[in-house]
Amino acid sequence: MADSSAAAHHPASGDVTKRDLLQLIALSGAAIAAGAIAWPLIDSMNPSKDVLALSSVEVDLTPIAEGQGIVVSWQGKPIFVRHRTAAEIKEAQDVKLSDLLDPHDGADKERVKAGHDQWLVVVGICTHLGCIPLGNKPSDPRGEYGGWFCPCHGSQYDTSGRVRHGPAPLNLALPPYAFESDTKIKVG
Amino acid sequence: MAGLHKSEFANPVINWIDTRLPIFTMMQKEYGVFPTPKNFNYLWNFGALALVILMIMIATGIFLAMNYQPNTDLAFNSVQHIMRDVNFGWLIRYAHQNGASMFFIVTYVHIFRGLYYGSYKTPRELLWMLGVVILILMMATAFMGYVLPWGQMSYWGATVITNLFSAFPVVGPKIVTLLWGGFSVDQPTLNRFFALHYLLPFVLVGVIFLHVAALHITGSNNPLGIDVKSPQDTLPFHPYYTVKDSVGVCAFMAFFACFIFFFPNLLGDPNNFIPANPLSTPADIVPEWYFLPYYAILRSVPNKLLGVCMMFGSLIVLFVLPWLDTSRVRSARFRPVYKWLIWVWVAAFVVLGICGAHKPEGIWVILSRIATLYYFAHFLVVLPILGKLERPLPLPESISQPVLGRRSGGGPLPGAAPAKPMEKA
Repeated sequence: MADSSAAAHHPASGDVTKRDLLQLIALSGAAIAAGAIAWPLIDSMNPSKDVLALSSVEVDLTPIAEGQGIVVSWQGKPIFVRHRTAAEIKEAQDVKLSDLLDPHDGADKERVKAGHDQWLVVVGICTHLGCIPLGNKPSDPRGEYGGWFCPCHGSQYDTSGRVRHGPAPLNLALPPYAFESDTKIKVG
Repeated sequence: MAGLHKSEFANPVINWIDTRLPIFTMMQKEYGVFPTPKNFNYLWNFGALALVILMIMIATGIFLAMNYQPNTDLAFNSVQHIMRDVNFGWLIRYAHQNGASMFFIVTYVHIFRGLYYGSYKTPRELLWMLGVVILILMMATAFMGYVLPWGQMSYWGATVITNLFSAFPVVGPKIVTLLWGGFSVDQPTLNRFFALHYLLPFVLVGVIFLHVAALHITGSNNPLGIDVKSPQDTLPFHPYYTVKDSVGVCAFMAFFACFIFFFPNLLGDPNNFIPANPLSTPADIVPEWYFLPYYAILRSVPNKLLGVCMMFGSLIVLFVLPWLDTSRVRSARFRPVYKWLIWVWVAAFVVLGICGAHKPEGIWVILSRIATLYYFAHFLVVLPILGKLERPLPLPESISQPVLGRRSGGGPLPGAAPAKPMEKA
């Protein structure tokens, strides 16, 4: 009995002992516990339920007359909702993709919902350096393309929110939205 | 490069760091091979446990602070926001709230170990005094933390305790105004309590560093209360006590989890679910359970200033304990009279706690006076006299000797034979 207690301390090198297994189990257990403790702390930094509840907003379209546009706040960002005239829609659809600075999401059909061509919903943040372009109020300059004009560095957007004159590189972003009825959309 | 430390680690990265800043060598020395008495019982787990709890409190506290608003109009609701809206906010809050209670349970047991086994005696007097500083810092931190949710008990507890300082003659009211930052507990008070509550735990970490450093100079005490005589009396801290501490931590986590998940508000006061109302005092103002004994001492005498002095005195007397206890013997195991009297003291402390929870009327006044009397008499009268009169039991020669027998027990006899493993029948 006394002999075996001395012998057990030095297994031949290369052998995996019970001790190694126990150390592995203990270390794994500690790692799992550390993860279980760390995750709630880190996740508490993710958006809380009240922030998530404000992550979508409903917009009533009835007060917006043809040719008018409004600005709505969604997730802290301005959203332009414009009721386009027939002329503006045609102008937007007739533009060739090769004429666009940013053709990748340039087709007007892809920038509006089917059957609701007159409603354009875009994120009102200039894709250059983040200013809010002018063009929603009747007194605002709209640039040469009838859409929006950014006063900071002169970028111009057309009636589909596409960039036509730089320095902005991309078209105005499209937020996720859906029609709840013909007169109401839900953004986000 | 004459002054550079010569690191002995094989791994090249560790060696590079260690040569320039010998943290690995230090960890190896202080927590790897550090010779620790081999006869620790589980009461010796509580120091390490307290450190683990402090880490938990700091972590949960920092994440709570990300969502808490230290403004009288917003504080209460911000706590509800944490409980209801923040992901796992309820868990972090309950862990922090119950962690405070755990911290005090663990610390009180840790202190009891010190009292029972004479860990405050020479050469560990400074270690003990640093410990008392730690206790006081903990109490200040806990007090300010309790104010933050801005419930009725938060507000009124803050009012009562800050008002205590008005007892001091001449400067008292000025001190209170300084603490409040105004004419009552209000926005300035809440704001500064939040700032200080965030600060003090880090001060605590610093004092704990000194506490452990002092311990490592003197070495740990042990249940027999006798000095380590040879390396045979010790074990390397790792793996023996790292593993034993891990077992303790697991057991503690289970206990802690019971509170967080099953009885999260058991130790709290229902009044704190009511937002603070400066115009309405609750019928009973009671501090958290860990302050109850001191609250009882405060209210045991009718004189305001005397009550305040006695309450602070009950902590200050702990500082001079190493000089009050005249016994040459450390451990209560070998002190047949002290062994019983320490439990009487514990009983007095518990009775004080119960008295603190009740209104100071009838039987509770009498009990709190008797218990306060014994609390102070134990330190100021009993211990100085007992050391001279008590006949201690004979101490073993060494830590190993009672286990390994005379021949291989080591100790003061020269040329002691080396230890042989214990032979099984």
